[in-house]
Amino acid sequence: MAPSNSTAQSPATTTPRKGKLGPMARREARLALWMLAPTFLIVMGIVLFPLLANFWISVKPVTLSDLRPPTPVVSERVRGDFDIAGQEFEIQYRLRNSSRDGNITDVVLTDTLPAGITVIDPGDVCTVAGAEVRCALEGLPAGERTRLKMTAVSDESFAANPVSPRDSEPTVTGTSDNILTNSEFTLDNFARIFDSHEFWSVLWVTIAYTVFGTLGALVLGLFAAQMLNKPFAGRSIIRGLFLFPYVAPVIAVAFTWVILLDPFNGTFNAILQRMNLADEGINFFGQRDIPIDVFGLTIDFPLALATVIAFEAWRYFPLSFLFILARMQSISSDMYEAAEVDGATPLQQFWHISLPQLLGILSTLFLLRFIWTFNKFDDIFLLTGGAAGTRTLTVDVYEQGFALSNLGAGAAVAVAIFILLLVFAVFYFKFVHREDS
Amino acid sequence: MRIGTGLLLGLLTGLLWGTIAVALTGISLTLITGLPATPIISAGALGGAVNAAIILLRPPADRTPGLYLVAFAAVIITMMLVSFGAPFSLAFSESSLIQAFGVGLIALAVTFANRAVLIDIQSGMLKRYAIDLVIVRTLKGFGFVFFSVIVILPFYVMVMTSLKNQQDLFLNPLDLSIDLTQGAASLFDSYVELFTKFNFGRFLLISTIVSVCTVLITLAFSIPGAYAVARLKFPGQTVLSSSILLIYLVPMIVLVIPLYAVFSQLGLRNTVVGLLIVYPATTVPVALYMLQGYFRGLPAELEEAGLMDGLSRFGVIWKITLPLALPALASVSLYVFMIAWNEFLFAFMFLDDPDIFTLSRGVVSLNSSEVPRQHLMAGAVIATVPILVIFLWFERFLVQGLTAGSVKG
Repeated sequence: MAPSNSTAQSPATTTPRKGKLGPMARREARLALWMLAPTFLIVMGIVLFPLLANFWISVKPVTLSDLRPPTPVVSERVRGDFDIAGQEFEIQYRLRNSSRDGNITDVVLTDTLPAGITVIDPGDVCTVAGAEVRCALEGLPAGERTRLKMTAVSDESFAANPVSPRDSEPTVTGTSDNILTNSEFTLDNFARIFDSHEFWSVLWVTIAYTVFGTLGALVLGLFAAQMLNKPFAGRSIIRGLFLFPYVAPVIAVAFTWVILLDPFNGTFNAILQRMNLADEGINFFGQRDIPIDVFGLTIDFPLALATVIAFEAWRYFPLSFLFILARMQSISSDMYEAAEVDGATPLQQFWHISLPQLLGILSTLFLLRFIWTFNKFDDIFLLTGGAAGTRTLTVDVYEQGFALSNLGAGAAVAVAIFILLLVFAVFYFKFVHREDS
Repeated sequence: MRIGTGLLLGLLTGLLWGTIAVALTGISLTLITGLPATPIISAGALGGAVNAAIILLRPPADRTPGLYLVAFAAVIITMMLVSFGAPFSLAFSESSLIQAFGVGLIALAVTFANRAVLIDIQSGMLKRYAIDLVIVRTLKGFGFVFFSVIVILPFYVMVMTSLKNQQDLFLNPLDLSIDLTQGAASLFDSYVELFTKFNFGRFLLISTIVSVCTVLITLAFSIPGAYAVARLKFPGQTVLSSSILLIYLVPMIVLVIPLYAVFSQLGLRNTVVGLLIVYPATTVPVALYMLQGYFRGLPAELEEAGLMDGLSRFGVIWKITLPLALPALASVSLYVFMIAWNEFLFAFMFLDDPDIFTLSRGVVSLNSSEVPRQHLMAGAVIATVPILVIFLWFERFLVQGLTAGSVKG
């Protein structure tokens, strides 16, 4: 990027000494920080904080139900005739802990009585000051219910125009132990996910999906770019058409594929049967393995995984296609002309001129796509839901965290993903990014 | 005609074109008209080979339109002979016009393809260059057919399924023909139902609001940020501009659990506001990166002149930089709009209340055995059409933006 270099070296803005900035430069730096601050804040809050929070949650036994902290619930009842003056009646507060396994401490209930009611006996835990009632309980253990009773009388003026004491809603507060913020730590989540055989198979599926999905998208993209490299009538229309799979919403194309490949009444299976290529419907997304005979050897072909990989290659080939095409257009035609004069055939030209020129963009694309495919969740989730041997790490996060409602285990898988990604990112910055810029 | 590699290659490509043409035409016939056609592959293949042989009868310079006409007729005759008069396994008395059209189309396509591949090829022994030429042309042609089919077929099935009745489709999944006599009301039945009974008008509105707001918020955050990174000097600038890239390598699924936990406690889950916090946060780094690249390419002298003339920094950005960067702003906006419109994960995890479903979330809710399949596909069409229209309108910008060096997929 030439312009930035030239500004960096232009004498007007050179910083005088390291560490010491002139007043102009300092003002500029302050302005820059102010301009970047909002971005910083939102990225910190929504990207970096959750990233770290994952580590925290992964060492906690949190389940989905823990997200609703235990709260005291109160209902108020009145027993007796409060509309007869002088008659004693009872006000009852029924308190309940909403949670079955979390304790609440320091429960405080407050309520306002209507004018004209006098409390005779406030009970053990309540105090009455004027019309204000305040009851303090030490704690409300898990699953506990309790009643607070007060005896009261009403006077003449109240009885003449009675309103139910229930009309004012009592409020109740309490502190409960929030599992997300307490200091209970455990490595159970990690033990759980690493001990299961599932995890290692999930890891393998992820790697296969990532590698083959990336390669598939790259090869298709290279092929398509090669076709559209030379101008012809209608090229831009075809280029637009080829971008459809990438531009359309994932829910639309994923469900379309599911319906297209339906084993019983999907169009694709019907075509296969009409062409006598298959005897019966093939369950592309539901069948884990399909036996294939190769020279007498029977191989279990992972059908569902292969279909998901095909979808990945289909959906993302447009992206590699665009990048490769852009790079191809920038290769000067002189080289091809010279090769042509030397008698190089088209295939030789592709192999010896185009490919080496494209190697840079291909490797960058491979790494970026590799990381993004590794991160991909929606495609597989919508196609198979992770069934039939297609569960990848990202789908496992959802499966553990939400389907099995064990947030801690889900976060533990997320931590594993993050660490693997860190390795990829280091690799990327070490080998590719530098070359690229 | 001399017998050599030229003839051999010609016959092979002829076989290939014939096979492709008859298979595609046969299937298309069924998909479009509903006729139960089973193409006889061998008939097409042989027709293609005969066609190539006839073209190769004469050396390239002597090939006249008459020769191609003969080759064209030969395809039809061969196909009819090999398939005993039924190239689609249908008696020719049934829909003869359509069948005749199909056969004519095959012959035309095969002749055209063979002509294109063999135009300067002779039947004798070929040099390596000519052999490569034939292979490359064949691959290219095959590529066009292949990519067109894999791109068009799913979208065609999506649209046609949405217009059909579930029973008809279960009866014959290949018959995607549309009965136009039934009238528009019954044809667009599933669309009408989606809007009247399934609240899709509302989903469409919510999706539009969320996407537009995401674009605006993203721009509001990323324009000053990008300007600062591109133009102003401050400590840690290089570290910052390259670490922006790192942010968009972070997988969304990793953010979901903590955000779910925190948003649940703050009451932001199941709100549009929650989405409007998360979406910009994920798009700002990309937008910032794209914009700063563009800002760097703008001449700094113009801005300096503006500063000299007494404009403030923000005046310079507003009056000079942004108007110059309009194409970049358009591509970034389009790109961010696309991400927000297509977003599925957070909408799925965060939204439970059908009143604030986005389209993605709404379509997912149609994926149940109680809702007929054409409704699901109609939902998919409703979600796809706006984004495709916008995309086709601004395609140039999007392509520029994507290839500007930063994409999220």
